[in-house]
Amino acid sequence: MDAIQIDRVSKAFAGTQAVNDVSLTVKKGELFGLIGPDGAGKTTLFKILVTLLRPDQGKAQVNGMDVVGDFRKLRPLIGYMPGRFSLYPDLSVEENLSFFATVFGTTIAANYELIRDIYVQLEPFKNRRAGALSGGMKQKLALCCALIHKPDVLFLDEPTTGVDAVSRKEFWDMLHRLNERGLTILVSTPYMDEAGQCDRIALMQTGQILAVDTPAGVENLFQKPLFAVKARETYRLIQDLRAAPFTETCYAFGEYLHLTSLPSVTAEIIRDYLIQKYHEAVEIKPIKAGIEDSFMALMQHHGEGSQHG
Amino acid sequence: MYRIRFIIEKEFKQIFRNKVLLRMMLAAPMMQLILLSLAANFEVKNLNIAVVDQDHTTYAQRMTGKFRFIDNFRFVGYLPAYKEAYRELQAGTVDLVMVVPAHVERDLTRDNKAQVQLMVNAIDGSKAGIALGYAHTILRDFNEAIRSETMGITPAGRVQIDVENQYWYNPQLDYKTFMVPGILFELLLIVGGMISALNIVREKEIGTQEQLNVTPIRKHEFILGKLTPFVVIGLVQFTMGLILGKLAFNIPVVGSPLLIYGFALLFLILCVGIGLLISTISETQQQAMFAVFFMMVLFILLSGLFSSTENMPQWAQYLNIINPLRYIIEAGRNVMLKGSTLQDMQTQFLTLSGMVIGVLALASFRYRKTV
Repeated sequence: MDAIQIDRVSKAFAGTQAVNDVSLTVKKGELFGLIGPDGAGKTTLFKILVTLLRPDQGKAQVNGMDVVGDFRKLRPLIGYMPGRFSLYPDLSVEENLSFFATVFGTTIAANYELIRDIYVQLEPFKNRRAGALSGGMKQKLALCCALIHKPDVLFLDEPTTGVDAVSRKEFWDMLHRLNERGLTILVSTPYMDEAGQCDRIALMQTGQILAVDTPAGVENLFQKPLFAVKARETYRLIQDLRAAPFTETCYAFGEYLHLTSLPSVTAEIIRDYLIQKYHEAVEIKPIKAGIEDSFMALMQHHGEGSQHG
Repeated sequence: MYRIRFIIEKEFKQIFRNKVLLRMMLAAPMMQLILLSLAANFEVKNLNIAVVDQDHTTYAQRMTGKFRFIDNFRFVGYLPAYKEAYRELQAGTVDLVMVVPAHVERDLTRDNKAQVQLMVNAIDGSKAGIALGYAHTILRDFNEAIRSETMGITPAGRVQIDVENQYWYNPQLDYKTFMVPGILFELLLIVGGMISALNIVREKEIGTQEQLNVTPIRKHEFILGKLTPFVVIGLVQFTMGLILGKLAFNIPVVGSPLLIYGFALLFLILCVGIGLLISTISETQQQAMFAVFFMMVLFILLSGLFSSTENMPQWAQYLNIINPLRYIIEAGRNVMLKGSTLQDMQTQFLTLSGMVIGVLALASFRYRKTV
């Protein structure tokens, strides 16, 4: 039995198709990433899975239980950490945690083992009100509260949004440790650089899943020649490259531009073209596609597809 | 059901932590009780009266004199003519003008009848009515005196009905006795209706409601856990008000205290039910605040707290059929001042009970449809 089974689920809000015919399977013990830009429908899909929303169409099961029909039996088995901090700001760290433990019919002591790694960092502030915690600390408290009843499946909706780089790294380390204990984790994020942390990922856009694979598998989906290009005048460079006859797409990626070209185009052809356009300090190297490149290509392909269809 | 206890516990923790709100919830109603009871007073004192005396006789002077040394009136002086009187009335410097036309004394003695004119500033309708009533009484007394003098009729000599007023349940016609029970119940609307609605909407706003919805907490547990503290606080507030009314205003409590508390509890449950209903239709505290405020003003003004419901237009009386505050104020006044029993108040009791069931059913139904 799979941990999460989504079968052709759709959900619309006032005419906007937030989730459109999504099917997905997450295996037991997987750390699964749902990756997509803001507004892709990740949160809606999460809310359906944690029994907060009913799908308009389709079926979803978590731990073999239907999210609509068996929601009452299902709730104690899942942990949900929403994207927005949703604990009581006027209760202390400890009070929040013990409140959520008691409503699940357990105590902090009973499941302390599971949260110990995280909670030790919070313990110095346990009498501080949750509203007065820093962003990273709030995040850890929310994770503790989602874990305190020892769920089988953990749902984390954009847990690293708005968190600094160090805390993000720490957070992923915590997730890996939890995952090693056999916890199935579904995590959503808009940051494509976090995709590599997951066992498998699904790319989502405008309510649809574009691809599901391992991070390496997603990278391999990208088959066209790809070059990293750099020159002194970046803005003029991007304009010239986009106008070039051999260019398929060209995006800014940090200090380099990533250029996808038609087949059989070499670095020399591009260099000649750019020198003709009086670019200086030109640097061109063929590169292997990352997840971001794959995603951009899939997004564009998908966009064209839906325009024609 | 054991989870309700944890929600109540959490709720009280949060309430006691919010010291400002707690103080407001307990102190503000007491202030309101004191201020409203002292200030909202229909007894009309110091009505400014001017007289236009065109007769200049003893009778005219005696008539004027009647208005001089009485608590309710303040004699501001004579005016030469009707026109000036009208101007003063318009300027608002006098509330009442009595015009004594020429030959009043002559007509009275000769024809046994005469006319005087009273002009009342009726910007404030109820004040004008009361002023006119007072003036009528004074003039009638004067009339009686004149008749017995001129015609030599002693009270024994002719048939006369003497009306002796006796005011039951509020012998001194003390306005506070009438106001305090009403205000006591009106105040329950604030804690029961407003604070509870805002409190639930707040959980929605900060997202904790959603977080609770993925726990095994059932909706009815959440509702009961959220609302019980406000019923308890409402009862504490009611008790404080009752003690204050007794000590500060010496309000009689004739009826059974148990019955009074029974009604208070019933009304509080209704109030929190209304609060819950409002919370289901509001997404933000602002929306809830507006809805509660709209409802409260309507309920209070129509309730008969300040003005008698019997004198309202027909449509307002129809509207009042669904005004819970009206029933609870009727019940409160009757039980406290008159000692009415549950049997006497069964209409109010049954209506309020019906409303409780209706509102709670509607609120739960609406609440169930929200996330």
